[in-house]
Amino acid sequence: MAGFREARGDLQLESVTKSFGDFTAVDAIDLSVPRGSFFALLGPSGCGKTTTLRMVAGLEQPTSGRVLIGDTDLTGSRPYERPVNTVFQSYALFPHLTIRDNVAFGPKRRKDKDAAARAAEALELVQMSQFAGRRPAQLSGGQQQRVALARALVNHPEVLLLDEPLGALDLKLRREMQVELKRIQTEVGLTFIHVTHDQEEAMTMADTVAVMNRGRIEQLGAPAELYDLPRTRFVAEFLGQANTGVGTIEGSDGEHLLADVFGTKVKILRSRSQVHEGTLLFGVRPEKVTVSRKQPEGVGNDVKGVVRDVSFLGVATSYLVDMPSGATWSCYEQNLDVEPIDLRPGDEVWLTWNPGHAFGVPVDAA
Amino acid sequence: MATMTPSTRPAAGPSSPAYRPSAAKRAQLWLGRHFAMLAAVLVLLYLFLPVAYTFAFSFNDHGKTNIVWQGFTLEHWRDPCGVPGACESLVTSLQVGAISTVVATVLGTLMALAMVRYRFRGRAASNVLIFVPMATPEIVMGAALLTIFVQGFADVGIHLGFATIVFAHIMFCLSFVVVTVKARIQSLDPRIEEAAQDLYAGPVQTFWKITFPLILPGVLGAAMLAFSLSFDDFIITNFVSGNESTFPKFVYVASRRGIPAEANVIGFSMFVLAVLLVIGAQVVGSVRASRSRD
Amino acid sequence: MSALAHAAAPAGAPAPAAQETAKRSWTAYLLLLPGALWLGVFFVLPLVQLASVSLQSRYPGFPGYYYRDLNVENYLRALTDYAPHFARSFLYAGLATLLAFVVAYPLAYAMAFKAGRWRNLMMICVVAPFFTSFILRTFAWSQILADEGWVAGTLEALHLLPGGHIINTPVAVVAGLTYNFLPFMVLPIYASLERADPRVIEAGGDLYANGFTTFRTVTLPMSMPGVLAGTLLTFIPAAGDFVNMELLGPQRGKMVGNVINDQFLAIPGGYPVAAALSFTLMAAILAMVFLYVRRFGTEELV
Repeated sequence: MAGFREARGDLQLESVTKSFGDFTAVDAIDLSVPRGSFFALLGPSGCGKTTTLRMVAGLEQPTSGRVLIGDTDLTGSRPYERPVNTVFQSYALFPHLTIRDNVAFGPKRRKDKDAAARAAEALELVQMSQFAGRRPAQLSGGQQQRVALARALVNHPEVLLLDEPLGALDLKLRREMQVELKRIQTEVGLTFIHVTHDQEEAMTMADTVAVMNRGRIEQLGAPAELYDLPRTRFVAEFLGQANTGVGTIEGSDGEHLLADVFGTKVKILRSRSQVHEGTLLFGVRPEKVTVSRKQPEGVGNDVKGVVRDVSFLGVATSYLVDMPSGATWSCYEQNLDVEPIDLRPGDEVWLTWNPGHAFGVPVDAA
Repeated sequence: MATMTPSTRPAAGPSSPAYRPSAAKRAQLWLGRHFAMLAAVLVLLYLFLPVAYTFAFSFNDHGKTNIVWQGFTLEHWRDPCGVPGACESLVTSLQVGAISTVVATVLGTLMALAMVRYRFRGRAASNVLIFVPMATPEIVMGAALLTIFVQGFADVGIHLGFATIVFAHIMFCLSFVVVTVKARIQSLDPRIEEAAQDLYAGPVQTFWKITFPLILPGVLGAAMLAFSLSFDDFIITNFVSGNESTFPKFVYVASRRGIPAEANVIGFSMFVLAVLLVIGAQVVGSVRASRSRD
Repeated sequence: MSALAHAAAPAGAPAPAAQETAKRSWTAYLLLLPGALWLGVFFVLPLVQLASVSLQSRYPGFPGYYYRDLNVENYLRALTDYAPHFARSFLYAGLATLLAFVVAYPLAYAMAFKAGRWRNLMMICVVAPFFTSFILRTFAWSQILADEGWVAGTLEALHLLPGGHIINTPVAVVAGLTYNFLPFMVLPIYASLERADPRVIEAGGDLYANGFTTFRTVTLPMSMPGVLAGTLLTFIPAAGDFVNMELLGPQRGKMVGNVINDQFLAIPGGYPVAAALSFTLMAAILAMVFLYVRRFGTEELV
């Protein structure tokens, strides 16, 4: 291949921007994805994640900024010149070619003499060898998905891009494929960049997750880190559930900030709040909240509410509690106690939490 | 496909077995249910009536004129070329059709690719340029071509004849090719071509390995359409052919005296050939489809 | 190399994208060029020439020789002397279009919703008669409708034939036009009905329960794009046709197509008026098409 660029190393995006007319789909993104990691771009539809992926693939050219792998600048090069392959959302298998020929397509274009053997090996990896002679229309969605994966993997790309690859599958198959994808990634050790709007999928599979919103990366980090300490309101509300309330910071007490939320004084670790004065959005995850009938003795951080709904889930019980402000909080209590607390809708309860589990983010950035 | 709407079903169904509609009522219901299909069959018979006449009169043992039935003979089938000019004009028509089809299909496919896959300045104008020839009566195109061939192009050495017929046929087939191929390209998922590029195929390889095989059915359909348009054209050909004769022109000229039965033989044979070709293509298509299903 | 690329990046970064769109539209023009050139030379240019001929004048005493002029009289003659011919053309073509619609709709409907596995065979049957020369088929109609034929015989026996003839009457012409352009009506209607969801029609049946109301309020509107394309594809060639009139019609009372054909090919010195007639015909038809297109968009029709 004449223009093919060998490149090794981490994938780097340097203030990459993509505009379509007046609309800025991707807004000055900086990103560094370490070689061999499983990276997820998570966000709602229209947040720019697919456009970002297409710029890495070379299917779109950035309006400004650079795309690099290691030291090699790939900006402006064509898709067929990049050591990057894509698994498309619609799979985009070649309908007129057999599965074998679909998978061998890439190696053949690169004049690989062992194209057939490599294709067979890749089909083995995704457990699709027995279907090699068929055409795409004869396969189910899940099978087509595996073929699309094999067709990309067979080229041993430096970076493998997955554009909502599991979006068209039903729930059970999706769970299976999540495990399968993770296994394959560990086995081949390539950089995977996975675009998805499913936060659970991103969190279970990826080493690092970047949450995107309106063309920008809101926050980047390990799944547990993002969940535990969101830095923006968007991340707090997009990833999992969060009980939130707008409050005012009234002072500090050593390493804690003191805030007034719902007319109640609450504490937050200073290091866990992005705002240190004025108003903040206070939040705490449902499983970190303890429900009790009596006001617990201690250092505050307790709010009185009225139970609206109780759902017994087996391992846990979920409560919806109406707060004085009018908001509804949800709480999960693991069913560890021998004697359940036996709450009913209408009961008054006290909610408490450890100040080390709460977080504070700016109110405005919805 | 049994698309029977609930409302056309008799109101009293299996739930009341005692109810038996009268024979007249049942006939009426049957007619109501099958009205569209019956009408369709009648219309198809109507479409085939003149073809049947053409076939029947190819066996007419006619004298000077082949207008009324005079007796049965196989004479005309034995030597369809027996009438001067008949087979010569057929050969001309086949040649014109072949050349026009190839050129119009190639040019039209390129245009269709440009129209679907690219956004460019002048795209709307191109759309109009492609559409207007289809909305122009043939007689106007024929007249316009005649004036330019006689008053303009004659000066550069182009005279009415075989070449001018071909030029004209390519022109009026072109728009139909573009429209047919365009529909096929529009039905393709553009991601498939992107996938090819992603798998190291450059633009040329992407076209020949992926795009072309996928649009080929549309291109072949367009070529068949172009050939049948060219082969059957009379009005434009009549203006631009000079002394050259095509098969339709031969038949038209002969029709003043009664078309010789040999023309019926040729016309009907072409009909059978074309129908066999279409059915053959359909069978190949459905065999392929069923093979890819199991 | 990396450093060099880095240094160049801020200034050079937007360039690749701009370059790319430029390159892409060049490819488009290249693909478009041969076909557009062909249409330019053999469609647009001839029309320009036709326009110029329509304004030429004859050299008195030299039939077949003309000089450049701005002779508007050609158009006046076209519109006054041949007004009846225009009227007949549009009337016959309009009647034929209407009849074709009435005949084509049940067929298209049956193909789309009732035919099942016979659908492909019916499709072939609609297209197949095309493959016999259209002049042969029209001539066959002249035999079918002849005074000695069974159609005329039957009608006469039933006392339904007051004039005594079908052949060589306007009725025969309209019948021929209807027949010849029928597939152009069937195929677009079928295409738009096939795209429609039969369940919508069933729902319509549930709501109205009356077959005709369902058809008028649900089925017909859904097939409207096909009906419009079909009417154009039938009306345009029918309005310009002269073969049906020549083979089936009366000696007097011709259509505008016959006049254009004769003025160009049979009558010496007829070019300017014939060109004016052609142009007027085209203008009238394009005006009609334009109204259609403006209401329903080109993409729908093309």
